[in-house]
Amino acid sequence: MSVNLSRRGFFALSGVAGTSLLVGCGPAAGTGAGSSTPVRGGRVRALFPGGGAKETLDPHTPPLFLDQARHKALYDKLTELGSDMRPVPRLAEKWESNADATIWRFTLRQARFHDGRALTPDDVLASLARILDPADPTRTAKNLLSALDLANSRAVGTTVVELATKVPAAELPALLSGTGNAIVPADFRDPAKAVGTGPFSLVSFDRGESMVGKRFEDFWGGAAHIDELHLLSASDESARGNALLGGEAEYAHDLSATFARTNEANPAIAVLAAQASVMQGFALRTDQAPFDNPDVRKAFMLLADRQRLVDVALSGQGQVGNDLFGKGFEYFAGDIPQRGRDVAEAKNLLLKAGAENLEVTLHTADLAAGMVNAAALFAEQLREAGVKVTVDNRAKETYFTDILTGSGIWSYRAGAAPIPQNLALRMVSDAKQNVTGWRDPAFDETFVKAQSTVDDAARGALYHRMQQTLHDRGGMLVWGYSDWLVGTSARLRGAKAAQPNTEDWARYDKVWLA
Amino acid sequence: MARGYVLQRGLVALVQLVLLAVLVFLLTEALPGDAAYVRFGEQTTLDQVAALRTQLELDLPAPQRFLDWFGDVLTGDLGTSLVNGAPVTEALARAFPVTLLLSVVTLAVVVPLAVVLGVAAGLREGSRLDRGLTAVTLTLQSIPDFVLALLLVALFAVRLRWLPATAIGADAASLLARPELLVLPVAVLLAKTTGVLSRQVRAGVVDAARSEYVAQARRLGVPDRAVVLRHILPNALVPAVQELARVGDGLLGGVLVVEAVFALPGVATEIVEAVQARDVPVVQSFVLLLGALALLVNLAVDLTAHRLVPRAEVLR
Repeated sequence: MSVNLSRRGFFALSGVAGTSLLVGCGPAAGTGAGSSTPVRGGRVRALFPGGGAKETLDPHTPPLFLDQARHKALYDKLTELGSDMRPVPRLAEKWESNADATIWRFTLRQARFHDGRALTPDDVLASLARILDPADPTRTAKNLLSALDLANSRAVGTTVVELATKVPAAELPALLSGTGNAIVPADFRDPAKAVGTGPFSLVSFDRGESMVGKRFEDFWGGAAHIDELHLLSASDESARGNALLGGEAEYAHDLSATFARTNEANPAIAVLAAQASVMQGFALRTDQAPFDNPDVRKAFMLLADRQRLVDVALSGQGQVGNDLFGKGFEYFAGDIPQRGRDVAEAKNLLLKAGAENLEVTLHTADLAAGMVNAAALFAEQLREAGVKVTVDNRAKETYFTDILTGSGIWSYRAGAAPIPQNLALRMVSDAKQNVTGWRDPAFDETFVKAQSTVDDAARGALYHRMQQTLHDRGGMLVWGYSDWLVGTSARLRGAKAAQPNTEDWARYDKVWLA
Repeated sequence: MARGYVLQRGLVALVQLVLLAVLVFLLTEALPGDAAYVRFGEQTTLDQVAALRTQLELDLPAPQRFLDWFGDVLTGDLGTSLVNGAPVTEALARAFPVTLLLSVVTLAVVVPLAVVLGVAAGLREGSRLDRGLTAVTLTLQSIPDFVLALLLVALFAVRLRWLPATAIGADAASLLARPELLVLPVAVLLAKTTGVLSRQVRAGVVDAARSEYVAQARRLGVPDRAVVLRHILPNALVPAVQELARVGDGLLGGVLVVEAVFALPGVATEIVEAVQARDVPVVQSFVLLLGALALLVNLAVDLTAHRLVPRAEVLR
């Protein structure tokens, strides 16, 4: 892959996964997008895939990336994630827990809401209560915070909030960084009257079209450089690319590898590539035939030609996977040897399982660039071992709910998140998105034990053990990790390549116009 | 006779609209999933889907949901979106002006343009001009909308920077304030419609010019100008006016692509999003309104044709 990168003139800013690459040779790329002195003033127009009627100002409902960017401009969370998915302080300056991680104390920083009031522990408790409100099924962060025990949580003085949990929750600081966790004022009622602590205050919001925010001078992190932020909806990828090329926007979210390649020599724009942002895989249902047999699962994993999948389906804009989520993230089991392709061994395993004439259905949908291509290519790779594969191209709207009750193999992808969160959400027996149907009591026990292990290293060892199990016997075939591509005008400085869901993603308080 | 005709057509239109409402409901029911099922995207969990389904009353039987909605429509209440709880009228008020503006501007240009081109070509049948026009309009018409749109954007917006590439962030008011936003979208729609219409005019002109009544007028010494304006044109326009109704319907197909490529927040965009979100009340209301519009346009076209040539068989 490094050959490809240098041939295409990519600039590697740093070497490890989870950091950034800059594509293109514009001034922004040449100067590293951050070397000149920030200039105050101007407006930045940022384009995101829109959500039409789904778009919302409510910072606690299902998050489109556009809504997340909006909420990040207007609000803050207690914590955010660094590029390695470790929680970093935002409104919470620091935190500590008791010995079994059931009582947590978060110290709040001095921050002001847009209406001038100071942030208090009561605002935090009220925000969490709104998120956990059982009457509203659309509050997404509920799933992350199910361990919280609000009845026993309380304010301690004017700067500390004490959160109790029903079960040990060693990952609570990271869980509080998840989307849909914005802190709102205690008397927050009407999302249309957005009042937050974020770097921009609301000027206007037109659903499906635009949101305008203006610089909040009292922002706790230091006032933004730009005067105005326009977050605009543009669902068509070519419309976003063309508007950027036509000088009608300074930032375009979620561009294709094709766009990056076509414009690599264009001095007017730069493409920021956040490496290994999205896990690309196939979910094998381990609770149903034929994948209830570990040999069949292993055979399928040995049949994937990962490099070819990356080259073809991701247009080379990514790296190969080792059947594990979260390459480069905290706790990642990077020492487990990379699995390669071995058709002969795969055939042996299928023979041993009595599955030499296996027929399977591979479900997929056109959810992201390359997903359907990856499925078609993997089907070919499976056929080389005599497996009869039918590819089932499904409706994309229903796809992620279909998986939850499905059978066979499913194209799957997952955005950047902490490894423990992935385990909780997708891998433990009662996980809400247990797409591989993986149920293993010993595995669950290890996870529970990790949640009461406050020592990072000791907890990391437990997570490592779980990843080893998944690599040996699990049902998630992770063939690659794709980069996340954002285009910026050459005038825009200070923007960093960052995976969605992380602190540096969509940070308009740090950018300026040259 | 025209009044009786209008009444009769109005009654038929009402029945058609009810059938349309039922059909659209059945089609959206036939789509896999419902508004709760598709709401959460990649974050979806089965218990959230179930809770939302109850909240939105999607677990009621389909006929009951249809009748509830239809009963409200009869009282003038189009209901609320299943996605954001906002009144459907809000979405209608946002999207319709954009698409209407686009269509009206396109029609205002395409009608005179097609008549001039069609007459010019038809009066000189077989000439270089005639063949040239046919070649150009056929070529433009056979390029797929999105290809033409992207080519125009690449040339006029990205390379020359004469015109904006998209209308991102715009609504109907800003489109009026900045007409340059409409130039490329309208150009794409014109490319699709001018050819069909001008060829229809041309064929009508050719037919009329060869007719016995025109030959007779010429024999009587009626001046050329008057022959064209009084005898050829009205007869040539009847099929073209009827074609115009089909062009109007066809515009919607073109508008879909044009709205997507230029990020125009119009009817097509809204319907596509509502279908994807299984937002049945929104889909229903939009389709119903579009159906009503199509029926009105067809009626207006028939009456116009009847005025041009007051013959009974013109009224379909």
